[in-house]
Amino acid sequence: MIKTVASVGLPVDEVLAIKKRRIQPENKKKGMKRISVVTGIHGDELEGQYVCFEVARKIEEEKEKLAGIVDIYPAMNPLGIDSITRGIPAFDLDMNRLFPGNIDGNMTEYLAAEIMKDVSGSDLVIDIHASNIYLTEIPQIRINELHEDTLVPFAEKANVDFVWVHGASTVLESTFAYSLNSTGTPCLVVEMGVGMRITKEYGDQLVDGIFHLMEELGIWNGKTSEPRKPIISKNPDDVSYLNASVGGLFIPKVRHWETLKKGELIGQIIDPLSGKVLDDVLSPVDGILFTIREYPIVDEGSLVGRLLRKEAYEK
Amino acid sequence: MKKRTIYEIKGLYRDNFRVTGYEFGKGKKSVCIVGTMRGNEVQQLYCCSQLVKKMKQLEAEGRISPGHKILIIPSCNPYSLNIQKRFWPIDNTDINRMFPGYDLGETTQRIADGVFKEIMDYAYGIQFTSFYMPGEFMPHVRMMDEGYSKVETALKFEMPYVVVRKVRPYDTATLNYNWQVWDTQAFSFYTTTTTTIDRKSAGQSVLSVMKFLSALGIVKYQSGSSKKESVVVSDTEMVSVRTAKSGIFEPLVHVGDDIGEGTPLANIVHPYDGEIMETLYAPVDAKVFFMHTDPLTYANTAVFKLVEKE
Repeated sequence: MIKTVASVGLPVDEVLAIKKRRIQPENKKKGMKRISVVTGIHGDELEGQYVCFEVARKIEEEKEKLAGIVDIYPAMNPLGIDSITRGIPAFDLDMNRLFPGNIDGNMTEYLAAEIMKDVSGSDLVIDIHASNIYLTEIPQIRINELHEDTLVPFAEKANVDFVWVHGASTVLESTFAYSLNSTGTPCLVVEMGVGMRITKEYGDQLVDGIFHLMEELGIWNGKTSEPRKPIISKNPDDVSYLNASVGGLFIPKVRHWETLKKGELIGQIIDPLSGKVLDDVLSPVDGILFTIREYPIVDEGSLVGRLLRKEAYEK
Repeated sequence: MKKRTIYEIKGLYRDNFRVTGYEFGKGKKSVCIVGTMRGNEVQQLYCCSQLVKKMKQLEAEGRISPGHKILIIPSCNPYSLNIQKRFWPIDNTDINRMFPGYDLGETTQRIADGVFKEIMDYAYGIQFTSFYMPGEFMPHVRMMDEGYSKVETALKFEMPYVVVRKVRPYDTATLNYNWQVWDTQAFSFYTTTTTTIDRKSAGQSVLSVMKFLSALGIVKYQSGSSKKESVVVSDTEMVSVRTAKSGIFEPLVHVGDDIGEGTPLANIVHPYDGEIMETLYAPVDAKVFFMHTDPLTYANTAVFKLVEKE
């Protein structure tokens, strides 16, 4: 069943509609649990598209094993997805800074409020992001420390490689996940892959995790694979950031999710005009590279990678 | 006057990115004025250029009081201005959401940090900024309701309006907010336009800053007019008039107009057949404070903000 969650008429002969698909057992029972799979808040992040498709396809294959409600929201920001725009086109606003929205507010606030209303009350929400167009991320879940107790037990079963519990920030209070978590609907934020692309391998990994979570919640009676045990980081010092020391072209020398020694070469920043190597990007610590630069052009300060220190995954 | 580079990063194929400041007078850090952070804030750039010109004149005429330093930074973002893009060229981030900045962080965090280190110790901070929605404003000074800034200081600008704004979560990363955290009284200046130059409101802002500096004893300036009282209004008290339909926006009034209850404010016109789908009416006797200016509008959009008459 496809339902319109919110819609508004655009100025010229078009209606903007945010849609969801609800999949539920033929014999609906009272008190069934509900999981919501949400993606596309940022229009340039497409990794979740494949996940939405695969979750639905696999359920349909063995529909008799479904024992709860699965709501799939593939496109929270349809105009952004259609125009390769991260934010909401025309407004130049990051949709993930508009929640919980305002039902009496402008178009963007209204849409955010309607989405909140529809998703609220789910037993679990998975909000799938794909980093951005600049960085590739290993499948990971990010959790605000304020919601750690509720969310870490779910995250451990999501078949991701890494769970990053980060500090609270006032600016993040207007995100979709924060708005849900602070009002009693648990929401996991998944970051994986890279913007504008689909990494099938990561998508399949997360799909397995979603089915395992569905099993845990009593929504799925089928067989699921045992989730991989993620590294869980709760200490801000566990993560080491690599920022470009100079503007240029970043050429990586290592692969993503590679274990590195302190001083090992991660990549070089080069200048094609002068033919010079401007900087050797070296690993500042012993650790594992969970974020790496995808888009080659860097300014001074651009994020080139993130390392998880050895101490974090060895403890 | 001393012109100097406040912050610089090397470009790959472009000239270096430079933030340039103009210092006037010597002594304690009294007033800092910051212009564009976004590449479409042309009016804000123009206002600052006029202030630099005026301050040069005052300095040459010995009208800056001893012991005061004034810094003007016309633009924190020439890279975006030069390519006519609102936010940072590569990653589309907003410098005015990066304060107080971080010297080891990402590019716009570094720019914010580099600029903020230079401007954080001033007693008063003035930022020429713009609204996220396209539109025209009554010129006004805006300040946050929680913080270090005082309404009585804002009144010294003698602008027509002082708007006291409720702090929202995203404000915590703006320059205005962070100035106050470091004990600077901070005020945001909104003139009529953003992407086009409006000389009259730019002139009004120059005059207001001169009145402010004069009231604080920082410069000697005779405006030639009697003291003007500002109307102090909270942003939550403003009356929003929203569209119910999307379509072509056809305004029937101007910013600054005094209107009576029931005055037709705008028509929303069907984009294909020209029929009027909706007429918006003033719900109160008011002054038109803000008006949407794009030719198209969406439904549920606050296309007018009115200040109700007492």
